[in-house]
Amino acid sequence: MRLEKRHQASPLAHVLAPLGAIAFTLLISALLVLWAGAPVGRTYGLLVQGGFGSLFAWSETLTRATPLIFTGLAAAVAFRARLFNIGAEGQLYAGALAAVAVGGVHDSAGWALPLPLLFTLMLLAAAAAGALLLLGPALLKSRLGVDEVVTTLLLNFMALLGVSALLDGPMKDPTALGWPQSVALQPELELSRLIEGTRVHTGLLLAAALCLAVWVLMRFTVLGFDIRATGANARAAAFAGVATGRTALLVALLSGALAGLAGAIEVAGRTSYVTLDMSPGYGYSGIVIAMLAGLHPLGVLAASIFVAGVQVGADSMSRAVGVPTYIADVIVAASLLSVLVATLLTQYRVRLK
Amino acid sequence: MTELLDILAQPAFWVAVLRIATPLIFGTLGVLLCERAGVLNLGIEGILVAGAFTGWLGVYLGLPLWGGVAVAALTGAAFGLLHAALTVGLALSQHVAGLGITLLATALSYYGYRVSFPKVNTPPTITPFAPMEGLGIPVLSGQTPLTLLALLLVPALAWWLYRTPSGLALRMVGENPQAAEGQGLSVGRTRTAGIVAGSALMGVAGSFLTLSAFNAFFFNMVNGRGWICVALVVFASWRPGKALLGALLFAFFDALQLRLQQSGGSTLPYQLYLMLPYALSILALVVVARKASYPQALMKPYRKGER
Repeated sequence: MRLEKRHQASPLAHVLAPLGAIAFTLLISALLVLWAGAPVGRTYGLLVQGGFGSLFAWSETLTRATPLIFTGLAAAVAFRARLFNIGAEGQLYAGALAAVAVGGVHDSAGWALPLPLLFTLMLLAAAAAGALLLLGPALLKSRLGVDEVVTTLLLNFMALLGVSALLDGPMKDPTALGWPQSVALQPELELSRLIEGTRVHTGLLLAAALCLAVWVLMRFTVLGFDIRATGANARAAAFAGVATGRTALLVALLSGALAGLAGAIEVAGRTSYVTLDMSPGYGYSGIVIAMLAGLHPLGVLAASIFVAGVQVGADSMSRAVGVPTYIADVIVAASLLSVLVATLLTQYRVRLK
Repeated sequence: MTELLDILAQPAFWVAVLRIATPLIFGTLGVLLCERAGVLNLGIEGILVAGAFTGWLGVYLGLPLWGGVAVAALTGAAFGLLHAALTVGLALSQHVAGLGITLLATALSYYGYRVSFPKVNTPPTITPFAPMEGLGIPVLSGQTPLTLLALLLVPALAWWLYRTPSGLALRMVGENPQAAEGQGLSVGRTRTAGIVAGSALMGVAGSFLTLSAFNAFFFNMVNGRGWICVALVVFASWRPGKALLGALLFAFFDALQLRLQQSGGSTLPYQLYLMLPYALSILALVVVARKASYPQALMKPYRKGER
């Protein structure tokens, strides 16, 4: 078997590839649904309805999509520069904790700062915490050549344990009974609802605005050009005068900051305080989202809504027909792999010799 | 200090060290095979979960214990074949394909567990491997046969890698695929074989958790062990003997932190002890970073005729 580069991609392939990827994913998942002994058509119907079928479904999907947009952007920016930041999960928790440290109700009832200033400080602290957590692996990579994939992965576990220690100690909510949770955010700092009676909050607008901002940054600025050049061919970029080392560090700070913001926005928009289960793997889903989006910042928006919809839909479908919610993770993982293959097939032709 | 000596004097401590090391030995050797063939396999974390689940499920459904180990190895091999198809056949990004396989294997295992046992609060159990009491060697007789297998596998794999033509072929496709092709080797087939065999070992590593260390399958039971193996293989400079050393060293500190945590005299939060294994893995990477001799073709997809 060998791959042959297509000289010009056929327009048909561009349409067929994603359709084929979706069909393949649905087929695999259908087999699993049959294994669980549920009717396939009804299960898919309920899943789509639960994720996108009503105003309430949309509100839940968009609530879920909000942190995913941040982590998706974090992965997209880093992967574009070939910095494989798999540590968004830990960076999210670091950001969430930093947000509560600044904006939480502590013993002296918080800092007496004007609200807009405190809110800005809270976001900055979260971004800085996320960025700092990625700075270590980025420096280890540039200075010593240590693979950042493994270090960022391992840091996820350390970050979660660190959060756990702080929730038992200095950040513990004195009024919480037993279950570890942090002090609560000052109520005035919480984001307001976009639609009354639902959980969608203004964090979604911030997320969407950041998608646009990151797109502009990547597409129209010198830094964006440097990032893309570094990722495409670091040696050629360095030869052409791009400061690749500096670019890599800036990318790490940006990516970590975006993941840290995800944590702050979750706390301010949804949870009000930090718990050890506040993220059901948003950091890892962000990687899938970035890949599904082809690392395009605007694509991240769409991919986040897709992934969130599948997850929310699976939750409500599971209650009705008893197919385990893990089907959502299977659908997301299978769609990642099949989209990768489909994209390749638009660029290469496979010859079975 | 005396507390530390007390711990080190207990045979039970060293039994624990070997027990903790066993899945890491299998897993690290698995990563080693894949990477010697020139392919990073980040699917390991998910393959450990899948091996732990399928091996355990096989035994639960009536297979003998070794049958469960075989099922786990086959599960690992199947995911390895998928990884090979994506990274060798289609030359996709090894990072992304591996992470995708970890997500897929984990999701499939959890889904399969929930479908098989929809409403259980206490996980169903099996009778795991028994320690080899009859062996009569201290520490080792406290282990199950899987640990013995892991220990024997190290010299066997080293011999195969350095003393046989097929071992040379595997190293060659990971160092210089063009030269290997020139010698008439099929790079694609050799790499695929390495990935499949390595992934089978990862499956066995997973099955140790459910068939020997514990007697049931839990969510999150793998808990980053796969990533630790990826770090250990760098620490081991891709050598089987050093991989064993790395796994033992790691297990020593892990067992020690567990004891110190339990000894109660400490005022430090227990989470700091739990962090130690991950911190050590990062430290190990930093220590060897400057002199790490990566297989030259690692993470470089090979396309015939392209330079």
